[in-house]
Amino acid sequence: MSHITSPVRTPLVTGGKTYADVTEDVSRQVEGRPTREWTIAFTISVIVLIYGAACVFWTWWEGLGVWGLNKTVGWAWDITNFVWWVGIGHAGTLISAILLLFRQKWRTAVNRAAEAMTIFAVICAASFILMHMGRPWLALWALPLPNTFGSLWVNFKSPLVWDVFAISTYFTVSLVFWYIGLVPDLATIRDRAKSKVSRYIYGAFSLGWNGSAKTWARYEYISLILAGLSTPLVLSVHTIVSFDFATSVIPGWHTTIFPPYFVAGAIFSGFAMVQNLMLIIRVVFKLEDYITFEHIESMNKVITLTGSIVGVAYLTEFFIAWYSGVEFESYAFINRATGPYWWAYWAMMTCNVISPQLFWSRAIRRSVVWTFVLSVVVNIGMWFERFVIIVTSLHRDYLPSSWAMFHPTLFDISDYIFSFGLFFTLFLLFSKFLPVVNMAEVKTVIKSSSETLPKSVSGVAKGERVTKPAFNKDAE
Amino acid sequence: MENTSKRYWKGVEELRNDATFVKNANSEFSNVNSADDLLGGSNTQRRDFLKAMGFSIAAVSLAACEAPVRKAIPYLNKPEFTFPSISDYYASTYVEGGDYASILVETREGRPIKIEGNPASSITKGGTTARVQASVLSLYDIDKLKGPKKGEADADWATVDREIISQLNAVAGRNGAIRIVTSTVLSPSTKAVVAEFAAKYPTAQHIMYDASSAFGIVQANQASFGKAVIPSYDFSKAKTIVSIGADFLGTWVAPLEFAKPYAQTRKLSATKKEMSRHYQFETILSMTGSNADYRGTYKPSQEGLVAAALYNKVAAKLGGSPISAPAVDIRYLDKAAEDLIAARGSALVVAGSNDPNVQIVVNALNSLLGSYGTTIDINTPINYRQGNDVQMNAFIDAAKAGQVQAVLFFGANPVYDHPRGAELAQALPKVQLSVSFADRAEETASLCKFITPAPHFLESWGDAEPKAGFYSLMQPTITNIFKTRQFESSLLTWAGKSGDFAAFLKGFWRTNMFPKAGGGSFESFWVKALNDGVFEPAKGVAATGASFNAASLASAASAVASRYKAANDGIELAIYETVALGTGSSANNPWLQELPDPVSKACWDNYAAISQRTASELGLEQGDLVNVTVDGKPAIEVPVLVQPGQADKTVAVAIGYGREKAGKAANGVGKSVYPLVSVANGYVVFAGVSAKVEKSSGKREIAQTQTHDTVMGRHAVLQESVLGEYKKNPKAGRHEPKVVTSEGVTDATNITLWHGYGKPNHSWGMVIDLNSCIGCGACVVGCNAENNIQVVGRDEVIMRREMHWMRIDRYYSSDADVESMGMIAGFQALEVASENPEVTFQPMLCQHCTNAPCETVCPVLATTHSTEGLNQMTYNRCVGTRYCANNCPYKVRRFNWFKYFDNDNFDYHFNNDLGKMVINPDVTVRSRGVIEKCSFCVQRIQEGKLTAKKERRRLLPDEVQTACAQACPTDAITFGDMNNPESSISKILASEEQGRAFHVLEEINVRPQISYLTKIRNKDAEPKKEAKEAKKEEHA
Repeated sequence: MSHITSPVRTPLVTGGKTYADVTEDVSRQVEGRPTREWTIAFTISVIVLIYGAACVFWTWWEGLGVWGLNKTVGWAWDITNFVWWVGIGHAGTLISAILLLFRQKWRTAVNRAAEAMTIFAVICAASFILMHMGRPWLALWALPLPNTFGSLWVNFKSPLVWDVFAISTYFTVSLVFWYIGLVPDLATIRDRAKSKVSRYIYGAFSLGWNGSAKTWARYEYISLILAGLSTPLVLSVHTIVSFDFATSVIPGWHTTIFPPYFVAGAIFSGFAMVQNLMLIIRVVFKLEDYITFEHIESMNKVITLTGSIVGVAYLTEFFIAWYSGVEFESYAFINRATGPYWWAYWAMMTCNVISPQLFWSRAIRRSVVWTFVLSVVVNIGMWFERFVIIVTSLHRDYLPSSWAMFHPTLFDISDYIFSFGLFFTLFLLFSKFLPVVNMAEVKTVIKSSSETLPKSVSGVAKGERVTKPAFNKDAE
Repeated sequence: MENTSKRYWKGVEELRNDATFVKNANSEFSNVNSADDLLGGSNTQRRDFLKAMGFSIAAVSLAACEAPVRKAIPYLNKPEFTFPSISDYYASTYVEGGDYASILVETREGRPIKIEGNPASSITKGGTTARVQASVLSLYDIDKLKGPKKGEADADWATVDREIISQLNAVAGRNGAIRIVTSTVLSPSTKAVVAEFAAKYPTAQHIMYDASSAFGIVQANQASFGKAVIPSYDFSKAKTIVSIGADFLGTWVAPLEFAKPYAQTRKLSATKKEMSRHYQFETILSMTGSNADYRGTYKPSQEGLVAAALYNKVAAKLGGSPISAPAVDIRYLDKAAEDLIAARGSALVVAGSNDPNVQIVVNALNSLLGSYGTTIDINTPINYRQGNDVQMNAFIDAAKAGQVQAVLFFGANPVYDHPRGAELAQALPKVQLSVSFADRAEETASLCKFITPAPHFLESWGDAEPKAGFYSLMQPTITNIFKTRQFESSLLTWAGKSGDFAAFLKGFWRTNMFPKAGGGSFESFWVKALNDGVFEPAKGVAATGASFNAASLASAASAVASRYKAANDGIELAIYETVALGTGSSANNPWLQELPDPVSKACWDNYAAISQRTASELGLEQGDLVNVTVDGKPAIEVPVLVQPGQADKTVAVAIGYGREKAGKAANGVGKSVYPLVSVANGYVVFAGVSAKVEKSSGKREIAQTQTHDTVMGRHAVLQESVLGEYKKNPKAGRHEPKVVTSEGVTDATNITLWHGYGKPNHSWGMVIDLNSCIGCGACVVGCNAENNIQVVGRDEVIMRREMHWMRIDRYYSSDADVESMGMIAGFQALEVASENPEVTFQPMLCQHCTNAPCETVCPVLATTHSTEGLNQMTYNRCVGTRYCANNCPYKVRRFNWFKYFDNDNFDYHFNNDLGKMVINPDVTVRSRGVIEKCSFCVQRIQEGKLTAKKERRRLLPDEVQTACAQACPTDAITFGDMNNPESSISKILASEEQGRAFHVLEEINVRPQISYLTKIRNKDAEPKKEAKEAKKEEHA
């Protein structure tokens, strides 16, 4: 991992941290008592989760009629939320896989949290897959399981079946990747753990990591292999999600541009979400030296790039609608911009196309407040993008007699809130019980990328070492 | 065969053939001592063991699955000719007030589940209306009375009979007036029963009235021809039809009888390139007006002058004496006059007015045009409206004055549906004996001292004479569900006769109808009449003319001139009947409540319809609550519905709503406007009252199944032209999408990724003729009944979640000129309907696409294609992703948002055991979370195929009919096997393939099994349009 970095590169770790400092700074939240901020945030999340779960239960109990859907608009917030969460889930794998392959060292500080975010986002997305079904208890029928119905099988022509495969694969690989990355850090915590319980738990999950050169080598190999496996997934998942729309006949959905446009949009929103989470973490957990302005700026650049790609895609859609000469397609796009849902369209355009262009200014790009606000704006915009694609295409399709409006109900909103409750509960649990920054990987870049490299990089751990390090067994 | 000595043996024992082996050779386990050892030594045999095991398993599993078997009682003695799961059909008669249809009742295991038209009738010719289709549900109405009532208390028939008879005798003894108040009675035998009753109680008098009265026509004919009748009208002979405010396809007198002949004149084919021209002058945009070629609007206060002006215009050319009346300027009136003159001898003018003077002018006009004897036959009158407004008015006066001592109400609810209902309600307690035969404690019955409920017509014996010399029989198809008794039986009982009305009826037919049959035995005549449902001795009698009494015209003309005004600035109220609910007598029928109005597409409410211009003048928007007031009468608060095509400065509100005591579905739905109806000279007048419309506070959303009015210029959806163009080119108005390929221009449907489906046996398809669809909605209700479609109620319709598999899309034309306005402004302008739009009805149902977009996207293969061209839906397999519904270009798939049955939130007929009796056992009741849609009545296809198979033959052409095609009163829907060249559909398609037949959204190449025939209006091509078309041609 550690290789020569050009001295002109801006440093990735500031504050003259030693290896011990890294361990200390990151492990502190895992080992210490929950902070006040954490407790408050967690309480709120759990309350939101409980409220949301009650609403989801009622949706399940009573039927999807509690939502605002109708005979014309059969999907609205459900699939909007699904695509939105899946999109958010893209950043984690992109950071850990593609950036690993591209040797982007700045990823080391953010990849752990980003991957966790991915996993939790995909869980939220999956909850909407289940939720949107009329009979969710039969969801297993979407899997090609052997059954007693004779030759009854899933419909391999259906993009929804492709979705099932794409998302379950993505989730599995992301989870494994994240967990493998956690193993060395879990071992560190195991070694520092004071209570028997945590030593046992962290010990069990660290898979007997002993820090030997062989272990490290295997770790590196497996990381590289998983990165290789995940890379196509980053592109495939949202491509397949976009097929839900692209393979249909509905004007506004039936578009070949969707796969690249969806992938770009996904990375766009994913990075925005990572920004939001990391900006909070770095302040709350005092990790400013690890998640530096350099990181923030790099991610903002990605946001600007993908935002611009998305913007070009929006304009291309309009051009094709006009150029194709298909009256339904033309109308679908005119209706997007000027019809009853014009506000959603212009919200999307403003948030997604205009706002990331502000990052061309270096001052804004490096401003915590601007970054945070714009990231929220981007995610609002990306939610509207999905809403615009789904609802404004459906609500006025081919036969004007069926044209209708969609109005969300309390349950549409509450079931969306549920996913936030779920996401933040999971994320807060993660941030409390697992190291939010990949200590092992940050240590690999300290030498090459630290701002003020201390004389002795190894340093002395401030914490009291409770057990003998496992890797030192041979020395005995 | 060669005997081989080669032999195989099982073991050495066999080879040796020793004694022990021989002994056990035939037992199964020859190497053990006995089976007992195997089974533990007892004396059990293997078979016993299996028996015991089988029994215990059966017992355990029976005990485990204790399925709730509720009152499933098998036939002890199976009735002959009744087979479980096989339908029986009985010919009978639908009668609701004066509305009539000859019907076939489908019964299943003794319960009627569906009503079809009776093709044997030459009056209704197998057609039905929405109300006829829905009437079967009224049979199973849980809100009906379970037995007779005395006051509020339940009573038994013996007590009720005893008390009523003694009171009747007392009243008769005092010489007190007895009044029998009914709506129109179509039945000659019922009238005979009333006569029997009157013989016993001489002070009894029969008063008929109709909530929607046509007494003016009767009186006019009395004046003009000396005959107090309504003549029969033959629309099939009419080349020019002019209607002045008569909604003859929807609500006027006998829409069912008029619809089919009218549609005949509208049908076009390769061999028939002529059609009638229909002018409609009216205030509201009625369903009939929607079908007209030319339409003009007038204010109710102008109505008489419109008739007079038309008369004068025609008289000027044909040499009739002119009448003096102020001139009115109505669009197309001159043109109508010209066409009427041109079509002399085959012209027909009808008017909806209940003012005899207006009707006399119309009579004069028809007489001048030579309509009598051709399109009108006054010598074969129709009996649908026999009500006498003047008598009814006098009755209410008498009741108020305390002069009526006994009153019997049958099929009449005047407290609700008479303009003076409130007065009657106050007077009723003064009447010593008041009896209602209503099936529920409705507005009038609840004020009566006794309610002796009469059964539903499907539980009754009876007959009808809808037209002179055309008889129809009614027979019960189920025994009385509740302790009810027929009106006739009650009357006979109270008259001291035998209460057996069936016997009376048979006797009546023996003496009155049988002589007209021309010989044979009565029994065979009776059986045949019961089997056919109709007996029509007057059938085939040619129409005869009548001489118009010119003297009647002069006084009528002066009355018209004085009563009507050419110009009136104020807002006027027009009260009308809706196609679904009519006068409101069956308002508690949820199918009818949920049937959208053909024109406004609104249901579950009545509303103040106001034209676009008047709405903007008054600052009103759709849904604003307004108070509609007529001088001195209580205001009604209803929401506004902006109705294109309505006369400016008028407000129209429908009767039939605002029931208070009809039952759960009807109570509180809408407001009753009967109190706003006026009575002029004793005649009930629906229109022509000055009204005030004031905005009140708040809004009330109107439940509409369609909220976008125009077709947005989409020729792929709606293809239409005018007759002149059609004559030149049968493909006129067709939109044929082309694409450019490397090999030149080709049809859009030639390029495909699909391999298609083989349809080796049948290919079920449908052709819908947009020219003969009048939009009535009989198909919609027919489909509801056949396919167990859920009623969802007002709130869910507002949510746009009605479950109808079959809907009728209604499009208004728009004046917008998109080409000159640019795209964005053009599209916005296209959303607004014209002030007086052309209207098109387009029935829309699952198109059974061959390349179905819904099928590819279902993840679990719940919707698949059959080898017969059907797009099938497997409810059991559906997991409810709704992807299919989203991907359906026609938006015909419906999702079960809730569990609709046994759910208190949807307290309609699926929520009680009685209402569930209407369920068609051949069709699954869908559960929550699954998609459903039109199946082309696959249960009927299957039944037809099985019948054919049993009889070892192929299906006959047209043997299988879908519910919608069967219900259609105008034969607009043709269903059949496109693989059978003999079927009607194949024949139509063969001649129309290069003509009017088109697929909706042809260019997306889903290849529907349903074709539509272009809408052709008998209009002159408008110069502006022509120029536009020419310009388009140039472009192409």
